[in-house]
Amino acid sequence: MYAQLVKTDADRVKSIDEMDPQERTFQQRIDDNQKIEPKDWMPEGYRKTLVRQIGQHAHSEIVGQLPEGNWITRAPTLERKAILLAKVQDEAGHGLYLYCAAETLGISRDKMMDQLHAGKSKYSSIFNYPTLTWADIGAVGWLVDGAAIMNQVQLQRCSYGPYSRAMVRICKEESFHQRQGYDIMMKLCQGTPEQKEMAQDALNRWWWPSLMMFGPPDADSVHSAQSMAWKIKQATNDDLRQRFVDQTVPQAEYLGLKVPDPDVKWNEEKGGYDYGEVDWDEFYEVLKGNGPCNAERMHDRVKAWEDGAWVREGLVAHADKMAARAAATPVAAE
Amino acid sequence: MSDALFEYALRMGDNCLILGHRVSEWCGHSPVLEEDIALANTALDLIGQTQLWLGLAGEIEGKGRSADDLAFLRDARAFRNLLLVERPNVDFAHTLVREVLFDVWHFHTLGALKGSSDARVAAIAEKALKEVSYHLQRSADLTVRLGDGTQESHDKMQAALNALWPYVGEMFLQDEVDAELADSGVGPALGVVKPLWDGDMRRLLDQATLKWPDISHVQKGGKDGVHTEALGYVLADMQFLQRAYPGAKW
Repeated sequence: MYAQLVKTDADRVKSIDEMDPQERTFQQRIDDNQKIEPKDWMPEGYRKTLVRQIGQHAHSEIVGQLPEGNWITRAPTLERKAILLAKVQDEAGHGLYLYCAAETLGISRDKMMDQLHAGKSKYSSIFNYPTLTWADIGAVGWLVDGAAIMNQVQLQRCSYGPYSRAMVRICKEESFHQRQGYDIMMKLCQGTPEQKEMAQDALNRWWWPSLMMFGPPDADSVHSAQSMAWKIKQATNDDLRQRFVDQTVPQAEYLGLKVPDPDVKWNEEKGGYDYGEVDWDEFYEVLKGNGPCNAERMHDRVKAWEDGAWVREGLVAHADKMAARAAATPVAAE
Repeated sequence: MSDALFEYALRMGDNCLILGHRVSEWCGHSPVLEEDIALANTALDLIGQTQLWLGLAGEIEGKGRSADDLAFLRDARAFRNLLLVERPNVDFAHTLVREVLFDVWHFHTLGALKGSSDARVAAIAEKALKEVSYHLQRSADLTVRLGDGTQESHDKMQAALNALWPYVGEMFLQDEVDAELADSGVGPALGVVKPLWDGDMRRLLDQATLKWPDISHVQKGGKDGVHTEALGYVLADMQFLQRAYPGAKW
């Protein structure tokens, strides 16, 4: 998802009897569905896991501006351009809420930025794929935002209050994003043969990377089990992926497009679609930095940060001058 | 009169379109997250204003051309924007200085157009002015902060101001289109915007510790469709899909 393979520092999930009294009280609050707030006591692993997860999520929003921004200047109509600008502006806004949510856990935005730029903190694998045609903007909205919503709906119930509340707001905007993506696809599929071909090609290239967004099968993952026990996450990667496939296959059929997986077939017994094996080697390669756009994305972000250093320093210097001037000015008699 | 108003609506719309395009090029590349949001927001406002002005131009022309037709299917010689707004982003200082030079002009021009004798023009101006008031507030504020920030930020702002100053004069050159619209009360009275711009800009540069450039030559041609080389690339980028897939609906 936007946060994939989030480590929890746990070797295994502790049973309630193994916990000390403080941890036990904490776990009981979680089990009772109480929200944990910034000033509450929390296990260090819980705090660190959330910092990693929220940080990855925030970075994904920021890096995600790049593949979509790639088409703002080439959007085909003024209305499409305005909608895409509004969408990308929302994504930057999501990044801002999420960095703020992470800051409640005692880390600064600058530090998270440094971790991103040093390659120590990840962002979603999906943004390392290129947007080659206008249809990719449709596919990103439809599939990538669709997958994001699938994950974020359950994160609205996350045990950590600030993250949960940020998700409530973000989900409202994401559903508009998904609709705009589907609307682009719809227009293309109702258009000329070339436009429909463009739509099919985009689905072919974005389908598998979208399924990878949910992360690898987590049945055996101790991190996933710990995150579930802490109610940071409420559904397994496989469950979410299945829901996504079940939602998306009929949407593709409605568009008259074919999902690029010969194994997709309705399974009456399980009440969902069967689908083929995801190429996890590709996923791990992208995570290691070998995706089609990893180098460009990091280059662009680092360059923006470095080129902008004088701006940030200038703003701080001005604020310092203002504070010094205010301090030097005698307060007028009341 | 309708020819002049068509021309004037194109000028206003093209300014918004081309500046909106330039600002949107920053997406994901700005110095700080808050600026990514502010720049996208500014671009969004400008594209919205483009729809209104070019929509009006198409309506006045009466040949069935939509705002999209005017934006995506004219070549550079038919564009009527000021040269200033097509100048490349270069760096954050050039982008910001271009913005503030334009915003002060835009703010006072729209302020005058709010009282237009043409109700359609007055309505667009009233809506746009709310947005442009915010654009100006932001660009003026940042100009002061970066002009009076570090030595480096000051120097970069002054260099950008000097580089863009030759494009300022064109905003105040008035031709028969401006004269005809001023006569009929549709456009601003001739000469009304420049003293307001001068006054605001002097105060702003003073506060920002920036020097009023000692440059008097004026680069002009935009209002007549004679642009800088930069515009052709903007249009090649912006119009690509409409040109590559003629007649397709998006």
